[in-house]
Amino acid sequence: MAMTDAHPTGIWSWLTTVDHKRIAIMYFVVGFAFLLVAGFEGQLIRLQLAAPGRDFLDPDLYNQLFTMHGTTMVFFAGMPLVVAFFNFVVPLQIGARDVAFPRLNAFSFWVFLFGGLFLYASIPLRAMPDGGWFAYMPLTNPEYSPGPGIDFYVLSLLISGVGSIAGGLNFLVTILNMRAPGMTFMRMPLFTWMALIVSALILLAFPPFTVGLIFMLFDRSFGTHFFDAAAGADPVLWQHLFWVFGHPEVYILILPAFGIVSDVIPTYSRKILFGYPVVVFSGVLIAFLGFGVWVHHMFSVGLGPVVNAVFGGATMLIAIPTGIKIFNWIATMWGGRLRFRTAMLYAAGLVATFTIGGLSGVMHSSPPADLQQTDTYFVVAHFHYVLIGGTVFGLFCGFYYWFPKATGRMLHEGLGKAHFWLTFLALNVTFFPMHFSGLLGMPRRTYTYAEGLGLDVFNLISTIGAFIFTLSFVPLVWNLWRTWRRGEAAGHNPWDASTLEWTTASPPPHYNFAEIPTVDRRDPLWHPYIEPESRRAGDEPGGAVPRRQPDEPPEPVIMPNPSYWPLVLAVGMLLMTIGALGSLGLTLFGLFVTAVGLFAWAFEPPFGEEAH
Amino acid sequence: MRRRAIAALVLFLGVLVSQGCGGEYPQSTLHPSSDSATLIDQLFDQIFWWAVGVFVVVTGILIYVFVRFRERPGDGRPKQVHGHLLLEVGWTLAPALILVAIAIPTIRAIFIIDRSTPDPEALVIEVIGKQWWWEFRYPELGIVTANEAHVPLGRTVDLRLRSADVMHSFWVPRLAGKRDLVPGIENQLWFRPDSVGVYHGQCAEFCGTAHALMGMRLIVDEPADFERWARANAEPASTPADAEARAGQGVFMANACVSCHAVRGTPAEGQFGPDLTHFGSRLTIASGVLDNTPGNLARWLDSTQHVKPGNPMPEVELSDAQIRQLVAYLGSLR
Repeated sequence: MAMTDAHPTGIWSWLTTVDHKRIAIMYFVVGFAFLLVAGFEGQLIRLQLAAPGRDFLDPDLYNQLFTMHGTTMVFFAGMPLVVAFFNFVVPLQIGARDVAFPRLNAFSFWVFLFGGLFLYASIPLRAMPDGGWFAYMPLTNPEYSPGPGIDFYVLSLLISGVGSIAGGLNFLVTILNMRAPGMTFMRMPLFTWMALIVSALILLAFPPFTVGLIFMLFDRSFGTHFFDAAAGADPVLWQHLFWVFGHPEVYILILPAFGIVSDVIPTYSRKILFGYPVVVFSGVLIAFLGFGVWVHHMFSVGLGPVVNAVFGGATMLIAIPTGIKIFNWIATMWGGRLRFRTAMLYAAGLVATFTIGGLSGVMHSSPPADLQQTDTYFVVAHFHYVLIGGTVFGLFCGFYYWFPKATGRMLHEGLGKAHFWLTFLALNVTFFPMHFSGLLGMPRRTYTYAEGLGLDVFNLISTIGAFIFTLSFVPLVWNLWRTWRRGEAAGHNPWDASTLEWTTASPPPHYNFAEIPTVDRRDPLWHPYIEPESRRAGDEPGGAVPRRQPDEPPEPVIMPNPSYWPLVLAVGMLLMTIGALGSLGLTLFGLFVTAVGLFAWAFEPPFGEEAH
Repeated sequence: MRRRAIAALVLFLGVLVSQGCGGEYPQSTLHPSSDSATLIDQLFDQIFWWAVGVFVVVTGILIYVFVRFRERPGDGRPKQVHGHLLLEVGWTLAPALILVAIAIPTIRAIFIIDRSTPDPEALVIEVIGKQWWWEFRYPELGIVTANEAHVPLGRTVDLRLRSADVMHSFWVPRLAGKRDLVPGIENQLWFRPDSVGVYHGQCAEFCGTAHALMGMRLIVDEPADFERWARANAEPASTPADAEARAGQGVFMANACVSCHAVRGTPAEGQFGPDLTHFGSRLTIASGVLDNTPGNLARWLDSTQHVKPGNPMPEVELSDAQIRQLVAYLGSLR
């Protein structure tokens, strides 16, 4: 094992850890578990829809399952898996020893975990939410959704949202303040760039959603009328609050995948990223435009021709920076030496399948066309191409790329490739036919469909594809098990990559870098091969180029202490959340625990003894 | 091996495409039968072919790159390239121009479709969405009906859309795009049908348990047929002639039916459920779930919650004879 320092193990050390790498692993494991659960829910949905008129699931259970599937995938699988990569990779890529606020980082994880567990507590209590992940009012008000189902949705997203906002703040500050000497903005790896942009997106997008959730909570619990048409309010307000968050959320999920691919393609092409500044600023532009397009989820609401024209036009604009990214990735590969390891297959797969999702996106950026496509399986096809062909492929790409760094062991290439081809096949077999079923008139969120609409064949093929998806996890799990048993050692830089994380040991010591590196260029590990674009001050050849890190720190390293107060604070918030289902006493007790946690945290000394 | 995979893929796509083109698709967006739906379909076609073009070009280049630049033994480091200004400008402008080509017809279509109808002669129909059925009212003609509406060929139809409870969305794909039914707001949707037929539609905004079974039919008639239908449907219900149907009327009036359903011209004046005055002339039962046959109607009366789970109609205790009589009565309401 490459673990050189005496890092404590055992459950207590995980409960109190503030190490970004361990928090990353916890995010990954929990996020992956939720991915499997939500995938299973999707599989059940496909079984119900395999043929017209099946009664495998009753309508209420079906509605609950698609609500849980969507909510889980977005908030408890997609987001935490993205954040797992932020946690593991960003501090290493910028040459830092941890994030800016390590205890806040642990807190973010615990409230996310509790939010997810709280949502799933609705299953044993037979009160799963059934209003869709979008939870449109007034269907979700107590008149039409009595019982605690929707409350589970509202409260779990409120509590996990606290963690997301704290995480966004944490990574924003980390990337702005903790970069190694010499790492200017325009020397940051693309993944770190996208993490910076996404952190800003999280910070800006979650507050309106939180406001909406609180309005909904008040409407449901205290009889207010924020969304009550009978009292003169406009229920469409909820749709605005939801989508002004919901659309940036899509970019929160996709931009990190773009960042991963932008680091992986150069590595396996042995060629620096083509048009680095253009790729960076196209990411900024996508994020910026992402706040001005939310009404394209609402073209059928009837907001008038001017509104629809403006938001349709803004939506089309997003295709431009997205296309720029794709062309620059292709140009990076052009003239390169492509090595199709598993991570590269996923990156290449992303470029191909995301293109399909992007093009169907252009089709419903046109409001009149969207009036036929919205709320049909055409849209289901579109966003699964984007979220699987984009986000999930990007995350698997990052998984195969950084796994050796995180564990010190190499995954098996053959099994990895089998995994890729199965997911690639499953994606296309499941979701390509949905373009047809949608255009032929199959609406979304329907637990059954009639014979004679011409939808049977397409639905059957989609269901077969879902089975391939389930099958695709076999080589992955086998690969993990095999690597656990006898994976070969990875070494510092198994892929001959160019960025800072590959200078340190695999897995990295808990202080990351024995010596904080100094950076004087982009792609520092490749400097012997790169002709600088133009000579700038500090570009002296053979300057402060980070080489392989020494094994032992030459001088004392000061690391933050483990702390259980973030966990206490999160437990306090969980108690308040459970109490909000109907127990004032529990809420007050939770408030007390929260207050104790906050004070104890504030007065706890952050740094302990030196690590060496 | 690879060739066989490609052949399989082509076959797969071929099956999909042939499935998408032939056959009967009563709810298809690709088989328009009105001015509005045709306009949208033509716009979609334009965008679709642009998208196909972009896909072919991008995928073609990708495959070329994957094959041509694969690492071979003995390869050294490739030449490192930082970027290329002209290329960047090129692949920014090219998509922008395609988008302009899409945006122009798009905006033209928006300002046709999203405005209220320009036709003062349009037939106004009020549509009220309810969990989980549709009420249609013809204010000029004094007709109230449910789940299926007749309209005349060649005349613009001007729908006024309201919701009685939650969000719904009116969607008859072959006649028009969707328009939501929003509580507290009256929305509009218009189209002019161009061929006679029965068009399937259904609610497209998730609205609760039976959302999937909130279907409807729009029937486009020759103008003379429409006139006949409208005259008949404006009348109150006729008194049933045969004994069984008369007995059925007695069952109807003596049971919970009357508290929710109206049969104009009788004491039944319930407003919660669909108006049944001319139920016998309708094509379907339970908003498009079952064809309107005596057998299906008996099944529906016997086990509404099995046929359409969650719907607000209670399962009233009825003997087989009573059900037979009710079927005869409802069938006589033509």
